[in-house]
Amino acid sequence: MDYHLYPLGDQGVLIELGEDINLKVHERVKSVSAHLEKMNWDWVIEYVPAFASVAIHYDPMKVMEKEGDSSLYAYEIVCAYVEKELEKITPSHSEAPRTVEIPVCYGGEFGPDLAYVAESNDISEEKVIDLHVGGDYLVYMIGFAPGFPYIGGMPEEIATPRRKEPRLQISAGSVGIAGKQTGVYPIETPGGWQLIGQTPKALFRPENEIPSLLQAGDKINFKPITREEFDAYKEEEK
Amino acid sequence: MIKVLKPGLLTSIQDLGRRGYQKYGVITSGAMDPLAHRIANLLVGNKDNSAALEITLSGPVLEFQEEGLISLCGGDLSPVIDGESVEMWRPVYVKPGSELRFGQAKQGCRLYLAVAGGFDVPEVMESKSTYLRAGIGGFHGRAVKEADELVFGEASERSQKIMEELRQEAEDSSFASMDWYIASEFLLVSQEVQPVRVMPGRQFDLFNQESKAAFFQEDFQIDSKSDRMGYRLEGPALHVEKSEDMLSEPVSFGTVQVPSNGKPIILLADRQTTGGYPKIAQIATVDLPVIAQMKPGEKMKFVEISHREAEMLLLEREYRIHQLIQGIRLKFQ
Repeated sequence: MDYHLYPLGDQGVLIELGEDINLKVHERVKSVSAHLEKMNWDWVIEYVPAFASVAIHYDPMKVMEKEGDSSLYAYEIVCAYVEKELEKITPSHSEAPRTVEIPVCYGGEFGPDLAYVAESNDISEEKVIDLHVGGDYLVYMIGFAPGFPYIGGMPEEIATPRRKEPRLQISAGSVGIAGKQTGVYPIETPGGWQLIGQTPKALFRPENEIPSLLQAGDKINFKPITREEFDAYKEEEK
Repeated sequence: MIKVLKPGLLTSIQDLGRRGYQKYGVITSGAMDPLAHRIANLLVGNKDNSAALEITLSGPVLEFQEEGLISLCGGDLSPVIDGESVEMWRPVYVKPGSELRFGQAKQGCRLYLAVAGGFDVPEVMESKSTYLRAGIGGFHGRAVKEADELVFGEASERSQKIMEELRQEAEDSSFASMDWYIASEFLLVSQEVQPVRVMPGRQFDLFNQESKAAFFQEDFQIDSKSDRMGYRLEGPALHVEKSEDMLSEPVSFGTVQVPSNGKPIILLADRQTTGGYPKIAQIATVDLPVIAQMKPGEKMKFVEISHREAEMLLLEREYRIHQLIQGIRLKFQ
């Protein structure tokens, strides 16, 4: 496997696995994270996978405690461990991705920009919804906000530039479009995405052991629901 | 228990941060100046990652509803108990009914108040740090407000021994402090233009010659739009040779990234988990406390060191902290 290791400060190493966002690189990021997580190295603080790289945040003091008589320094010791494991990995597609259904109430008060997205792409609002529901979506990474998925696979026919004036407050659960990307806001935050709907499903669940509903590698199914279904769902989640 | 009479500018409960959840987009949070935070805890017989109060620039007014063993470390915000000024960087016994307030920020801008037993708040994702934007952790997920009551956790045996020794010395006074001092290397040294040691960042070579030179030759001033998430710097504009879109990749505490406007941003405790701007440099971990204590308007100059030097400095610092821990253990066995 091709990779490059770089220091990320004096307590981290960045494993670069590619330069583009694509399925092949994504599979490598997934395989590498999964493999390294299993190593249970006690000097590792955490792994952070991104589009085409994985960071290892480590504790150099723990590395040196173990390898104190080494003439190498902690970063070199960490790199040696990592390289040894990376040589063993062959990216596999064996694990079938999980598919997560995300119910969305499109338009109305939840989708104040649906009309704009339709107009700027010269299609009807119904068509925007059909296309958004019909996409083949993959979560490439989680970042930006807790539980926020970077999603690939939205049909280009509904791509729309960000708003010129970002909104100061966007409700949690808002589904939006920014350029060729679609995303769901897990927490209330300012932002410039074009909002087309809202999900009643919580993406950020701080009380759960895994606080993010979605994880890198998941497939997503957006399912259109009515306002009544939205309210019923919210009631149930309470 | 401490009752908050006035909250101050930004007073929040922090430990050393939330670890292991960045892959879910959850930021680490935690103390901006982890060194002062850890020493404050060690001085009162706590574990170094116990929950303490991070006090920013303009401090709160706090009333002790019960006796407590505290220490005040970090920026000097002129702490005063019942009208009498209190020494920082040492254990202090405080009688019930005493009032702790703060005055002028003489040096630095973040002070840590540790109490024996730590502050008793629930752990969220294995940490007591306040994650302000998501409204979780710390005291009800927010900065403290007037009338909040902050409960102490259970004091360790070591804490109780330190407290006993000081309780007798207090006599008629509201408080009594240990006449210890902390090795001066842990203390803040402020200079008009603060030297800050950095390593070149992952994309350093993508910057043009003028920018690379200016980064190490010119001063940079902290902009007023700076907070726990990051410091924005004013100075010469820095630009990459040819701009190309970069994929978001992981960042860390002290990463210096440069958006297209050419103004660098130092990422701090509340940084996002990943960033999509080129990283020109990375601040050596040993100098993060220096940065955390700098205020808007103050200036810094970047000094290049090697990656290996940065690691060695860090290991040395940790060795000194280890010695401090041993010293406290020996004194109060």
